[in-house]
Amino acid sequence: MTDALSQYSVLSLYSAMAVYAIAFVLFTIDLAGKTTEGKISARFQRIAYALTWVGFALQLTAGILRGVAAHRVPWANMYEFAMTGTLIITGVFLVANLKWNLRFVGTFTTGLVLILLGLAATRYYVEVVPLPPALQSYWLVIHVFVATLGTGFFSLGFSLSVLQLLQQRREVAVHDGKKTRLTGLVKLPDAVALENYAYRLIIIGFIFWTFTLIAGAIWAEKAWGRYWGWDTKEVWTFIIWTIYAGYIHARATRGWRGTRSAVLALVGFGAVMFNFTIVNIFFKGLHAYSGL
Amino acid sequence: MSRPSDHFDSAEPVAPAVNPKLSIAGYGRWLWSLLTSMRTALVLLLFLAIAAIPGSLFPQHSSDPNGVTQYFADNKDLAPILDKFQLFDVYSSVWFSAIYILLFISLIGCVIPRTKHHFDALRARPPRTPVRLERLPGFDEREFGGVDAEVALASAARVLKSQRYRVERYDRDGAITISAERGYMRETGNLVFHFALLGVLIAVGFGSGFGYSGQRVIVEGQGFSNTLLAYDSFNPGRFFTPTELEPYSLTLDKFTTTYEQKNLNAIGQPTDYLANVTAQLRDEKPFATTIKVNEPLRIAGTDVYLLGNGYAPVVTVRNPAGKVIFHDAVPFLPQDKNLTSLGVVKLPDGLPKQVGMIGFFYPTVQDSHGGMKVSVYPDLVDPLLTFNIYVGDLGLNEGVPRSIYALDTSKLTKLTGINTTLESLEMKPGQSATMPNGLGTVTLDKVVRYASLDVHHDPTQGWVLFFALAALGGLLTSLFIPRRRVWVSVAPTKNKKILVEYAALARGDDPTLVAGVQAIIAAHIRDLGLTCD
Repeated sequence: MTDALSQYSVLSLYSAMAVYAIAFVLFTIDLAGKTTEGKISARFQRIAYALTWVGFALQLTAGILRGVAAHRVPWANMYEFAMTGTLIITGVFLVANLKWNLRFVGTFTTGLVLILLGLAATRYYVEVVPLPPALQSYWLVIHVFVATLGTGFFSLGFSLSVLQLLQQRREVAVHDGKKTRLTGLVKLPDAVALENYAYRLIIIGFIFWTFTLIAGAIWAEKAWGRYWGWDTKEVWTFIIWTIYAGYIHARATRGWRGTRSAVLALVGFGAVMFNFTIVNIFFKGLHAYSGL
Repeated sequence: MSRPSDHFDSAEPVAPAVNPKLSIAGYGRWLWSLLTSMRTALVLLLFLAIAAIPGSLFPQHSSDPNGVTQYFADNKDLAPILDKFQLFDVYSSVWFSAIYILLFISLIGCVIPRTKHHFDALRARPPRTPVRLERLPGFDEREFGGVDAEVALASAARVLKSQRYRVERYDRDGAITISAERGYMRETGNLVFHFALLGVLIAVGFGSGFGYSGQRVIVEGQGFSNTLLAYDSFNPGRFFTPTELEPYSLTLDKFTTTYEQKNLNAIGQPTDYLANVTAQLRDEKPFATTIKVNEPLRIAGTDVYLLGNGYAPVVTVRNPAGKVIFHDAVPFLPQDKNLTSLGVVKLPDGLPKQVGMIGFFYPTVQDSHGGMKVSVYPDLVDPLLTFNIYVGDLGLNEGVPRSIYALDTSKLTKLTGINTTLESLEMKPGQSATMPNGLGTVTLDKVVRYASLDVHHDPTQGWVLFFALAALGGLLTSLFIPRRRVWVSVAPTKNKKILVEYAALARGDDPTLVAGVQAIIAAHIRDLGLTCD
C-alpha cells in the first residue's frame, strides 16, 4: 500500500514537472515578447498561468499521496522538503496573482521550481521510511512548514527584485536615449512599483522567517537541550534573517532604497538557496538527518 | 529628533555632515550621530551576517569540540593560525562581539530618542491641516447639496473616530477642517521590536552566566544525584556557584529502543527511545517518570534530556586464583547504525601487570570477509563481545586525566588479536574466556543498556522566549499597521453647496493609503445619509 501510494506520488510529481516545463517556456516567450497588445504572447501568458495551476494541483496531489503513504507530513527529508517547498513557492505565486497581476513573474517561479524539483527527484529521492525519534514532534509540522512559507514569499520577492533591477536599467537607458535589449519589460510595472510589490512580499516572508527562528529555538530546546547553539543550520538561518533585516532597513535609508535594497533581496534569497542546498548537503551539523 | 537623519522619510540634510573645525564635543556628537544613523546600522547588520559565516565553515568549540580536535589533527600548520583569529570560537570572538555590541549601541542610540519623540507624539494633537490639500496623496473631493457644513464635518469626525483616528478641529478662513491621525501602534511596535531584541541579548547573557549543563552516562539499574561529583562532564556558566544545584536523584530503571520491523526500506531503524526513570526530590517520595527524545524531564528547575544511548556489557574479571578483581557494566560507544560498539576496560590493580582491554560488542554478529565481524542489526539477537588484551603501563599514574573510553597503547604490549599469534577473546552472554599468559578469566555476565543524559539549568530561557515573542509581535504591528494622517476640509461653494476635500499622508510604507481615503469618503457619504454618485 505504502509502495503503491508513494509510486503514484512520484508519477504525479513528474507530471507536474512536465506541465511546469511547458508553462516555463510559454512564460518566457511572453516575457521576451515586445508588447502584449493583440499579440500571441498575451495568450501564451494566459495558457502558462492556467498550466501553472494544473501543475500545482498535480504537485499538491503528489505531496498528499506521499504524506498518506508515510502517515505523516510530507516534509521530513531533503526530497520531501524540496517537494513541499516548491509547492509553496508556486502556491505563493498563484495566490499573489489573485490579488495583483504578477503573471510576468511566472518564468522565474516555474524555472526555479523546475530546477529544485529536478535536483530533488533525481538526486535526493528516498523511499518512505519512519521518522527518527528526534523528528517525532509537532514542531516538525510547524517549524518546517513555516520555513517553507517564508521561502515561498522570499522567492517571489526575489523574482520581483530581479525584474526591478532589469526594469531600472531599461528605464535609465530610455531616459538617456540609449538603446536597450530589455524592450520586453515595457509592458511590466515600472521599477518603483516592482520594488513595492517585492517589499510587501518580503516583509511577509521576514515575519515567517522570524517565526521559523523562534519555533526552531523552542524545538531545539526540547530536542537538543538548548535553544540556540550555533549549529550550521542555525547560523545560516540567522544570516538570512540578518540580511533581510538589512533589506528592510535599506528600504528606509536614503541612498539605499531602490537598486541597493534590491541587491540585498537577491543576496538574501541566494543565502536561502545556499542554506537549503549547500548547507544541507555538505555542511556538518545537527540538522543533517533531516536533509539526507 | 525622531528618526535618524538619513531615514527615507526625514528631510534632506541642509548642511554638510562633517565640519572640519569641530570641537571635541562636536566631534563626539558627530561620531554619535554617525553611529546611530540608519546607514551605520545597516552596514553593521550586513557585517554581522558576513561575520557569522566562518562559524559554519570551521568547527566550533561550542557546538563541535571533537570537530575542532580533528581539524587540528588534519591541518597542523593552518589550525593554530586560524585559532589565533578565533575562528574556532567565532561567536564569542572579539571581532564578532565588537560588531554586535556596536550594533546594539547604535540601536540604543537610535531607539531612545525615538521613544521620547513617540511619547510626545502620543500626547500631541494631530498637526494643523495643510492649506493646499490637493497636493497630498490620496486627495479627492466631493460636492454635497443640502448639507450644513458643520453637520458634514461632525459626520466626518464621527467616521474617522470610528476608524480609530484621533481627531482635532482646525478652522481657517473660508473653511472648517479636521486633522486626524491613526496608527501610533506602528511606531510602538517598532520600538517594542528593538527593545525586545535588546532584551533577548541581555537575557541570553544572564542565562549563559548563571546556568550550567552537565552530562552523565547512566546504566540500567544505576542512579545519580544532581551534585558536581556525579557528572561525567560539567560546563558551568561564569557566575555559577555549586549551591545552584538543586538536590534530587534519578535512577534509570529501564531503557527501551523500538526498531522498525515492517518497512523493508528501514528495517532496524530506531523509531523510539524510552528511558523509564525513578526521580526523587529531597525529602519527598520517589516517583516513576519517563524521558524521551523531544520529551525532556523538567525537574527541580533543571531539564534532563536523553541525548544518547548504547550497550553496556556487564564484565567480570577474575585473577588466576578465581578472585573477582573487576565487576562493572562498561558503557560501549556505538560506531555504526547497527551499534557495533567500542569500549575499554582498564585493570590497574589486582593482576601481576597492568592490563588494558579494548572490546568490540556486536548486538547481532555476523562473520564478514577476512575474519572480520560486523553487526547486522542493532537489537540483541545474537550478541558477541570480543576483547583484545594489552599489558604494560596504562599511563594512569601520571596525573593526566584519561578518557574512560580510550586506551593509550603507547606503553602497552598487545597480546591478542590482529598482528599477534593469539585470537581475540570472544564471549556470548554467560560465557567466559581465558586471558593469555595465565592472567585470569573474563566473563560476560549479561548486556544492559545505558542512556546518556544532559542536565541543563538555564534560568533565563523563559525570558528569552518572552522577548523573542515580544519582538515578533512588535514586528507584526510595525510592518502591517499603517500610520497615516487624514484631513477633511469643508468649505461653502458659490452655488450654496459645500465642497468637501479629503487628503491623506502616509508615514512609512502604506500600500493601501488611497484605498483607505476612498473608504473614508464612502463611509462619510453613508453617514450623511446620501447616496454615492
